[in-house]
Amino acid sequence: MNLKTSFGMATALALIMAGGATAETITIATVNNGDMIRMQGLTDDFTAKTGHEVEWVTLEENVLRQRVTQDIATRGGQFDIMTIGMYETPIWGRQDWLVSLDDLPADYDIDDILPAMRGGLSVDGTLYAAPFYGESSMIMYRTDLMEAAGLEMPRAPTWDFVADAARKMTDRDNEIFGICLRGKAGWGENMAFLTATSNAFGARWFDENWNPQFDSPQWKETLTFYLDLMNDAGPPGASTNGFNENLSLFQQGRCGMWIDATVAASFVTNPNDSTVADKVGFALAPDTGLGKRGNWLWAWALAIPAGTQKVDAAKEFIQWATSKEYLELVAANEGWANVPPGSRTSLYENPEYQKVPFAQITLDSINSADPTNPTVDPVPYVGVQFAAIPEFAGIATLVGQEFAAALAGQQTVEEALEKAQALTRDEMEAAGYL
Amino acid sequence: MARAVSTQQKTINTVLAWAIGLLIFFPILWTILTSFKTEAQAINDPPLFLFFDWTLENYAIVQERSDYMRFLWNSVIIAGGSTIVGIIIAVPAAWSMAFVPSKRTKDILLWMLSTKMLPAVGVLYPINLIFIQLGLLDTRTGLVIIMMLINLPIIVWMLYTYFREIPGEILEAARMDGAGLRDEILYVLTPMAIPGIASTILLNFILAWNEAFWTLNLTAAKAGPLTAFIASYSSPEGLFFAKLSAASTMAIAPILILGWFSQKQLVRGLTFGAVK
Repeated sequence: MNLKTSFGMATALALIMAGGATAETITIATVNNGDMIRMQGLTDDFTAKTGHEVEWVTLEENVLRQRVTQDIATRGGQFDIMTIGMYETPIWGRQDWLVSLDDLPADYDIDDILPAMRGGLSVDGTLYAAPFYGESSMIMYRTDLMEAAGLEMPRAPTWDFVADAARKMTDRDNEIFGICLRGKAGWGENMAFLTATSNAFGARWFDENWNPQFDSPQWKETLTFYLDLMNDAGPPGASTNGFNENLSLFQQGRCGMWIDATVAASFVTNPNDSTVADKVGFALAPDTGLGKRGNWLWAWALAIPAGTQKVDAAKEFIQWATSKEYLELVAANEGWANVPPGSRTSLYENPEYQKVPFAQITLDSINSADPTNPTVDPVPYVGVQFAAIPEFAGIATLVGQEFAAALAGQQTVEEALEKAQALTRDEMEAAGYL
Repeated sequence: MARAVSTQQKTINTVLAWAIGLLIFFPILWTILTSFKTEAQAINDPPLFLFFDWTLENYAIVQERSDYMRFLWNSVIIAGGSTIVGIIIAVPAAWSMAFVPSKRTKDILLWMLSTKMLPAVGVLYPINLIFIQLGLLDTRTGLVIIMMLINLPIIVWMLYTYFREIPGEILEAARMDGAGLRDEILYVLTPMAIPGIASTILLNFILAWNEAFWTLNLTAAKAGPLTAFIASYSSPEGLFFAKLSAASTMAIAPILILGWFSQKQLVRGLTFGAVK
């Protein structure tokens, strides 16, 4: 046997041995936000390690949601990995639409995933989606305006303090509004905020028998408080403001306080985009002393649809993208402030990450939200700012329209709640819950 | 006799036409301007019109992040392919309806148009399932077929209207001279209806280029046209207006240029008949 033949045989043997891991091309559907775009830019690292190529389909959040639902429900098989949230995961997992992720190898360290995230992405203890990044909500406030109002923001304020501060900070002549809150109708817009807030006021969507609770005094108190506060200290036209509109107002220096996603902290403190970058403080979302804070919990997570033919390659990608090594890769390339937050405990134990100004408050916010026990009184559903049942998105969008109409001054609190109660009851009856 | 139009009336008409034209064009102009701003300038209050630091940064980022040429090529194939196939089917159909109408021609025309009144989402799942069965999901062939089908009623209607303007006697004369059906359509009818056909082609191309429901719902990583390219820059959680504007400008540029060069033809076709 000559040297050339020996080399040839050795190469062939090596290829056969490596044959178990054939290179595949996987298609991933994802949303357009900073962390996801950064991941797309780092995909070469994954390809170099595994040989698998990645094709991305980036869509706006609502379009993505509709697109992946359509694909998974019809078994279209267009995507090998889908970016889904905490709302879809338990519903789809229960339907067996997703591949279980319980068999990830030991070095992935599944126990390192933050307990609140793991709980929200599991069904009966089985993990169906791995969190890529997680968020809660918190207060972002202007330290200079707070000082000028003669107040000091506690780390864990009450709603009464926030309302009082908002009214004192408001200076309509100079177009400074004490508080900016979501008002735009939608289950993921005003209803995410109001549902989380209602938890702090002791309200709930349903009692243990799925009876809607909008006729309860707690919901009346929640909505009245919100409308009074927005009328006194909110920006004009707030009924069309969502995350982006409020972000824009805050960055322009128009808001004294803004209660929204923790992910916004990196935007408002970025001097390239924000005119108030060096005057922002953070605090936990407010409570009313009943034991629940008005902060939500959300994760954008990676899941594998049951119809895909490339489960192994997809799992390899999820391992890579949600690993501790990936966080280090981002830190090495773009700095610790740009690491996707809210997924792993070890990140918050890292001394380098602890230097990021909003790291600890983000962790504390996430830890103070409990999706399996979200309300003061018991409820039959999972989810802080939503109820993880398929009907919720449709119902909450309709309810959100009623609340937005009340904010716009088109109807009273009583009328909005009465309509919300009636339409929720109708939908729940039609869906067979009642 | 032509109506006498005073100079004053003419001036008013011109000013009015310009005002309406600018009003319609303003959103496109604003998108183009925003694409040259930074993200912070894009949301500046008060809005910045012309006096800001112009930058090409957004175009560079969009170019780096997305394979623009692939989306553009898909758009050209889908819009062009559906237009060609549509015209091949619609010309004979419109000919028969215009020159050899039956008792039911009017009903058929109305029925064809009625399919446009159905919200597209109503047939999304059936179409999706059919596409899965036929292996057409995320293929340009599938999108050519669907674009052709959804625009066919409009093409047939437009061509039918143009053909009705052509006197039947001319076709009769051609027949007397021994022209067969094929020759009659190809050598007599088509040349006479060229302005109408050209504007139909243009309009159909623009409609297929801009269509964003089916192109988003039936594509994934391979066949997505420029509408999918724009959609990938939209975000409810993060202010990316400048990048979104850059992507939009890149997506509308080809069709804007095409429209600019063919506007004479388009106007002539759309007013075909009335100026004769």
